[in-house]
Amino acid sequence: MSTTEILFFFLSALALFSASMVLISKNPVHSVLWLVVTFFAISGHYILLNAQFLAIVNIIVYAGAIMVLFLFVIMLMNLNQQNEPQKNLWMKLAGVISGGCFLMVFVSLVRQALEIKTKVAMTTGGDIGLIKNLGRVLFSDYVVPFEITSVLFLSAMVGAIVMGKKD
Amino acid sequence: MPIQYYIYLCLALFSIGVIGALTRRNVIIVFMCIELMFNAVNLLLVAFSKMHYGIASISDKASTVGTDGQLFVFFIMVVAAAEVSVGLAIIVMLFRNTHSVDINFLNRLKN
Repeated sequence: MSTTEILFFFLSALALFSASMVLISKNPVHSVLWLVVTFFAISGHYILLNAQFLAIVNIIVYAGAIMVLFLFVIMLMNLNQQNEPQKNLWMKLAGVISGGCFLMVFVSLVRQALEIKTKVAMTTGGDIGLIKNLGRVLFSDYVVPFEITSVLFLSAMVGAIVMGKKD
Repeated sequence: MPIQYYIYLCLALFSIGVIGALTRRNVIIVFMCIELMFNAVNLLLVAFSKMHYGIASISDKASTVGTDGQLFVFFIMVVAAAEVSVGLAIIVMLFRNTHSVDINFLNRLKN
């Protein structure tokens, strides 16, 4: 096995394990920390695919900003004292079964697809993921969506402040 | 790596997110599971973009095929950040009114 394969399987196992721990842990703070581990594993996958810009943005935006926001909200609510009410066992079983059916249907679909049998995702090569190429396309072809994004952020900021205000 | 491995990994991550959104009752955990599903889709988009680039770069070394996919991931992250800020504000407001984060109490929007 080459180094790339070893890294791929290690990062995949880490991502799946920590994603499962997000669901299993009872304490919401532990869930947030396991989700941060998942995001770091996914960033490792991005680096393996040589998408360096997205790897850094994923760590900064998701693991850095969004998860800290989640942590702040959980700590403001002081959820540790109250025990979370559980769904009854049948509802949990129904949820797991429907999720498993979803997985099964799509796995069998992918197994039968002949077109992707021989396709390979290029790892550790190719420089389209570097910030030089992405920035050039972002500020030439996608400059209008980029500017609209700033309006979206402004409206989200105003909305969050208006809703979070005590009245 | 074969593209199938990435598809299986992303399907597993997405299914874990679906199961979490269906089985947990804490609204913050449900929200985090939605973020997990976002990330599974992002990873698959990047893998497919590198797949198309790998095919195109055989004939043309300087091709920029696949840049669109990675920029799409960037925009998904931007929208997710805006969505999280508004969603958490809604959750905080609901918690202030009902003193609960149980989705079974939050299913009626009136009162």
